[in-house]
Amino acid sequence: MTTPATNGAQAIVAALTDLKVDTIFGYPGGAVLPIYDALFQQRAIRHILVRHEQAAVHAAEGYARSTGRPGVVLVTSGPGATNAVTGITDAMMDSIPLVVLTGQVPTHLIGTDAFQECDTVGITRHCSKHNWLVKDPDRLGETIHQAFHVATAGRPGPVVIDIPKDVQVAPARYRRPAGPVVHPSYQPRRKAEPHAVEAAVEMLAAAERPILYTGGGVINSGPGASQLLRALAEACGAPVTSTLMGLGAFPASHRQWLGMLGMHGSYEANMAMNQCDLMLCLGARFDDRVTGRLDAFSPASKKIHVDIDPSSFNKTVRVDLTVQGDVGLAIEDMLKLWRARGTRAADQKGWWQRIEGWRQRDSFGFRQEGSTILPQHAVRRLWELTRAKDPIITTEVGQHQMWAAQHFGFEGPNRWLTSGGLGTMGYGLPAAIGAQLGNPGRLVIDIAGEASILMNIQEMGTAAQYRLPVKVFILNNEYMGMVRQWQDLTYGGRYAESWSDALPDFVRLAEAWGWKGLVVEDAAELDGAISAMLAHDGPVMLDCRVAKLENCFPMIPSGAAHTDMLLHAGEVGGEVSPDAEALV
Amino acid sequence: MRHLPSERHTLAITVANEPGVLARVVGLFSGRGYNIESLTVAEVAADHATSRITVVTSGPPPVIEQIIAQLGRLIPVHSVADLTAQGPHVEREMALARVVGQGEARTEALRLAQLFGARVVDATTRSFMFEIADTSERVETFLALMRELGLAEVARTGVAALAREPAAART
Repeated sequence: MTTPATNGAQAIVAALTDLKVDTIFGYPGGAVLPIYDALFQQRAIRHILVRHEQAAVHAAEGYARSTGRPGVVLVTSGPGATNAVTGITDAMMDSIPLVVLTGQVPTHLIGTDAFQECDTVGITRHCSKHNWLVKDPDRLGETIHQAFHVATAGRPGPVVIDIPKDVQVAPARYRRPAGPVVHPSYQPRRKAEPHAVEAAVEMLAAAERPILYTGGGVINSGPGASQLLRALAEACGAPVTSTLMGLGAFPASHRQWLGMLGMHGSYEANMAMNQCDLMLCLGARFDDRVTGRLDAFSPASKKIHVDIDPSSFNKTVRVDLTVQGDVGLAIEDMLKLWRARGTRAADQKGWWQRIEGWRQRDSFGFRQEGSTILPQHAVRRLWELTRAKDPIITTEVGQHQMWAAQHFGFEGPNRWLTSGGLGTMGYGLPAAIGAQLGNPGRLVIDIAGEASILMNIQEMGTAAQYRLPVKVFILNNEYMGMVRQWQDLTYGGRYAESWSDALPDFVRLAEAWGWKGLVVEDAAELDGAISAMLAHDGPVMLDCRVAKLENCFPMIPSGAAHTDMLLHAGEVGGEVSPDAEALV
Repeated sequence: MRHLPSERHTLAITVANEPGVLARVVGLFSGRGYNIESLTVAEVAADHATSRITVVTSGPPPVIEQIIAQLGRLIPVHSVADLTAQGPHVEREMALARVVGQGEARTEALRLAQLFGARVVDATTRSFMFEIADTSERVETFLALMRELGLAEVARTGVAALAREPAAART
């Protein structure tokens, strides 16, 4: 289909329509007015007006992570683009497919420090998977199709298309590509080498103490990969743990589930990682929050790494076997071979006995006593009261995020949206908005902290405008809790600037935007407050006042080994060596 | 891994000839803290579609492996060849050197230039400009000698390199 010769802006909209884009998150400005005018004159694509460009990108991330489709963003030049940079970097770190369209000053003004000019392509080069500056109007459509391909193929990520205003108004030809885009240089391998798959199956079959260490790649591979993961785990009988980004790929209620691993992971997950004889890493990347001290990381194991991005191999941890390809396809191939050969897993009885012993430590345990609400209890009750509705959970960043990861159980993929790699406070509310738009009718809850929520609080207006019934569940301890926790651990309890002073009255703030506002501070009233939040057919902010000084355990201090896990506050020293102090 | 001894590797990177591609490659090295000892870039295809970037870098083997993998992630990169790991290859670089001097030093500079196969590409009564195209090591040696004889200014291209044909294919 060739759309009649029109202008660049209309070519952009035609390409987006052909790509079945139904939602764009954006904010208008001088350098994108022609595109907004083209959007105004059509009905296929809905534009969601955010209140700040950073939130447009997080909303697109929430949309993408919860639907499996790429998120689309439209912002203006200069500050529009620079405000989007945090979100783009966030998507890069967490491998979220996004297409970000930025307006640019007209071609003849580029390089003159024109009003609202910035070097968008230069600024985003380091935080995007790829970017383009399109100067030829006839290439706009082709570039947009290529951009969607690059954003979604291989390891997904954000791409940026910078479009000068004169290109948007110039006459442009647009032709819908006849077939799928074939990129001349970017052709990631999807199907793993058969010999690598075979070697992986043999190593897994021989293992007496295997563990599956899974990550966000399983989610990115699509819902089928989660099904296959479960089948592989059941075939080989190995315990399963996951990174923060991979939660939901394996059901939390499964008997082989060990919980999240890493800095705030479960004792059994980290001990099993440390003591295993075979580690099968599926779509995870051995980052520092997972490995702890590298020279003490799983010293006795053979390691297999399955990843679509070969730069993840041997980056921090040397592995014994690399399997390059889409993790879902690789699991499928492994499973087929396992079954075709009638493979039987080695005896893991002793291994499971040890795991049960570690489980007995009940490392996520807590004692809710009296009227003060423990944050762990609040998350646990939120889970128990909403699990039947299969909610989508977003978070901000900090203690509440870790408590949510520890205490909220996920049974399927695409239900857990969090900023893992970049750790962006302010992610959760816009991500919830994006998730709600992509999943109308679903229950979407942002588990927040009182400090993080203020970083994109303006998005309450967006939820109000589009009547999105998102729920914000604030674990309010009046501290930037994770900062304060590190000050407890490392700086002798000197709480430099970690107190959330001058907080708003969240109930009145909610009401000011036409939301429902609720507050709860007595444990006996928690269930009632959660029920009231769920019962309201509209956006709700629940200010849940929790124990102020509670810290998040277990914890592997930065730079420590998995076996040096702190299980509770009594083990905390208060000062650390200068070497450890330098670590993040 | 970073405590292993450092190695010098010459990488040949074929990239799409599009705006910003050199910035992507250079930015990757600076952003991730890798070394660049020399870098050359020029269009090489008849249709102008691709360029060849030759980078001489150094680092322990796992870092070299990461550099190659990270380069492979860049969308416009067609291929990355580690010429050092692949085996025999030819490396050449070109330098222009202005040597200022008179009397004995001037004569000696010219004599050494002839010995090194350097050409005189410009001359005045008190200076020569030499052009030398050779291995980096020979260029270094030549420049070190010229330093004693009035070397005033140097421009170097950095290394260009190609793998040798396998022995069986040679005539």
